[in-house]
Amino acid sequence: MTDPKVSIPEALNALSAGLVLLSAFAMVATRQVRGVVRFFVIQSLLLAASCFLLGYSRNSNHLWTLGAITVAAKAVAIPWILRRLLPGEFYERREIAQAINIPASLLLSLLLAILSEFLVGPLAAASIDSVIRINLPIGLAGVLIGAYSLIARREAIPQLIGILAMENGAFFAGIAIANELPLIAELGVAVGVMLIAVVTGLLSRNIGQTIGTTETGTLSELKEEATPWR
Amino acid sequence: MALDAIVMIPALAAFLCSILPFRKAAWVITLASTWTVLPLSIVLAAQVLSGKRIVGVPGWIEADALSALVLALVSLVAALAAVFAGGYMRRREHDLSHLWWFYCNYNLFIFALLLAPALTEPNLVWVAVELITLFAVLLVGFEKTSGALEAAWKYAVLTMMGAPISLLGFFVLFWAYRSAGGGMPETWERIRALAPSMDTNLLKLSFLLVFVGFGAKAGLAPMHTWLPDAHSQAPSPVCAVLSGVKTTVPLYAILRFLSIILASPAARVGNWMIVLGLVSVAIAAFLLLQVHDYKRMFAYSTVEHMGIILTGAGLATQASDFGAVSQMMNHAITKSLCFYVAGVMLLTLSTREIKSIQGLFRVSPFAGSALLLCALAIAGAPPFPIFLSEFSILSAGVRAGRYTAVAILASLIAIAFVAIMWQVNRMMFGRPATQYVVESPPVTCRLAVVGAALPVILLGVYIPAPLHDLLQLAARQLGGH
Repeated sequence: MTDPKVSIPEALNALSAGLVLLSAFAMVATRQVRGVVRFFVIQSLLLAASCFLLGYSRNSNHLWTLGAITVAAKAVAIPWILRRLLPGEFYERREIAQAINIPASLLLSLLLAILSEFLVGPLAAASIDSVIRINLPIGLAGVLIGAYSLIARREAIPQLIGILAMENGAFFAGIAIANELPLIAELGVAVGVMLIAVVTGLLSRNIGQTIGTTETGTLSELKEEATPWR
Repeated sequence: MALDAIVMIPALAAFLCSILPFRKAAWVITLASTWTVLPLSIVLAAQVLSGKRIVGVPGWIEADALSALVLALVSLVAALAAVFAGGYMRRREHDLSHLWWFYCNYNLFIFALLLAPALTEPNLVWVAVELITLFAVLLVGFEKTSGALEAAWKYAVLTMMGAPISLLGFFVLFWAYRSAGGGMPETWERIRALAPSMDTNLLKLSFLLVFVGFGAKAGLAPMHTWLPDAHSQAPSPVCAVLSGVKTTVPLYAILRFLSIILASPAARVGNWMIVLGLVSVAIAAFLLLQVHDYKRMFAYSTVEHMGIILTGAGLATQASDFGAVSQMMNHAITKSLCFYVAGVMLLTLSTREIKSIQGLFRVSPFAGSALLLCALAIAGAPPFPIFLSEFSILSAGVRAGRYTAVAILASLIAIAFVAIMWQVNRMMFGRPATQYVVESPPVTCRLAVVGAALPVILLGVYIPAPLHDLLQLAARQLGGH
C-alpha cells in the first residue's frame, strides 16, 4: 500500500483480504466436498479476523459484535447444521466432472477478480478510507467467484457453499463500507444466512433420498421442448 | 397497531400449526389467520386514504399508500389461497400427517410476504425478501416428487445467487446514504429525501446490484428460468401466491429503489428499465407459443406482466406509474384466479399437458368456463381489469412521446394475447377424449374460484372511488414526473 499512514491492524486487514481471495480460489480448485467446506470455514474465520482488526483500529464495538456473529454463524453453526442434516457419504464425494476443468476455472476466477477491481476500483479510489480501497474490490471478487463456482459446480454441497461464499464476499465489502449498520439488520442477515444453509441442506438431503444423486447440476427433467406447432 | 397485528398474526398462526399438528386444526388456524389479516389490511388502506400516518414501530415498521396496497393484495390472495388449499391439499396429498408442515410453512411464507412491504429499513427488507424465498423453496418442494425437488433446487440456487449480490447492493446504498450525512435509522423515505445529494455513481452501482438480485426473485428475464419450473411443480394454492404476489413483492422493492434513483437528477435509469421490461415481455411472449403445460403457460404470463409493470415504471410519468400500480393489482387478482383454475383442472383431469386436454368445456362446464374467463382476463381482453391497466400504460407512453417503446410493447402484448388464446382454444373445444377419469373438484376449490373471479369481473367495469384514490396515492410513491 502506497499510503504511508496505514496502521498495523489495517495492514493486517490487507493481508487477511489477500487470504480471503486465495481461499475463494481454493474453493474453486478443490474437488473434494469436505475440502470445499473446510476452505469455507477458513474464509469465514478470515472475515471474522478482519472484523476484529478493524473493530480494534476503529474502536468499534459494532465490528467486534459482527466478528463474533460471523464466527458463531459461519464457522460453527453452519458446518454443524450441514453435518447434522446430511449423511456422511455426501461429504466423501469427489467431483470428477465439472462443467469447466479446474485450471480453466482458476483462470476465469482470476479474470473475475481483475474485473471487479476495474468495476469498483475507481469508486473506491475516490474514498479517503484506505480500507475501502482494499475491501470493496476483494469483496466484489468474492461475490463474483462464488457465483461462478455456483454455475460451474454440479454437486449440491459445493453449490450451497458457493452461495455462502458469495455472502462472505458481500460482508467483506460490507465491513468497510457499511460498518455502522444497525445491529438488528446484522442479526437478521446472519439468521437469513443460517436459514439458507438449513433450507438448501434439507432440500439436498431430500434430493439425495428421492432422486438418488446429489449431482444437482445434471437434473434436467423440467425444460421447455420446442415445436408444439401442428 | 393494525400494522403490527397484520405482521404478527401469520407468525403466530405458524407457531400454532407447529404445536397442534392435526390436519384439520392446521387448516382452520390458517383460515382464521388469513381471514383476520384481510379485513385488517383493508382497514389499514382506509386509514392511509384518510391521510393518517401508519406507524407500527417508528422508523422500522411503517406503511404508506404503496405498502398498504401491496399488503392488501398479499392478504387477499393469501386468504383465498388458504380456502383453496383446504380441498386441494386433502385431495392431492396421500400422506395427510404431513399437512401441518405444509400449513406451518404457508403461514411463515405469508408472514414474510407481509413483512417486506411493512419494513422501512432496506437491509431488513433484504432479510424479509430472503425469508420469502426460503419458505417458498420449501413449499415448492413440498410434494417431494423428483420434478418438484428439481424445481425447488433450481429455484433455490438461482434466486439465492441473487441474494448476496443484492446484499452488497444494499451495503453500497448504505455507504452512499451515510456519506451524504443520512441519520439513523435508514429508511426508504429518508434515502429518497437525500438522494439528490448522494453520489450518483454509488447510487447507480447499488441499484444495478439490487436489480440483478431482486430481479431474479421477481422473475424478470433473463433470470426467469426458475419461474416456470417452480410454478408448474408447486401445489396450486402455493402457485397462486407465488405468481400473484410473491413476484410482486421483490418488484415492489425494486420500484421503491427506482423512485430513489429517479429523485437523483443525474442518474438516468428510466430508459434501461423500459428496455429490460420489454426484454422480459418479449421472451415471455414467444415462450408462450411454445409451452406444453398450462401451469407453465400461466407462469410465463407472469414474466410478461412483471416486464409490463417495469416498463410502466420506467416511463416514469405520473400516468404510467398509475398504470404500473394498477397492473400490479390486476395481475395479483387475475393471476391467482388463473392458478385456482389450473388447480381445479388438475384435480378434474389429473394432467398438466395442454396436448392431452380437449373439449374441456364439455367434460367439465365449471372448469371450462372458469378457464375461458381467466384466460381472457389474463391475456388482457377488453372488459377485464388487465386490459385497462395495460391500456393506461400504453396511452401514458404515447402522451410521453415514447412511440417506439409503445409500439414494441403493444405488439408484444398482442403476440402474448394470441398465444394464450390459441393454447386455451386447443383445450376448450373439440371432441373430448373418452379416457378421462373426471373427478369433480372439492367445494372449497369452487368457492375460491368464484371468490377470486368476482373482483376480476367487477374491477373491469367499475373501480370504486376509494380504490382509485389509493392507486393514485401509491403511484405517486413511484416518483414519476
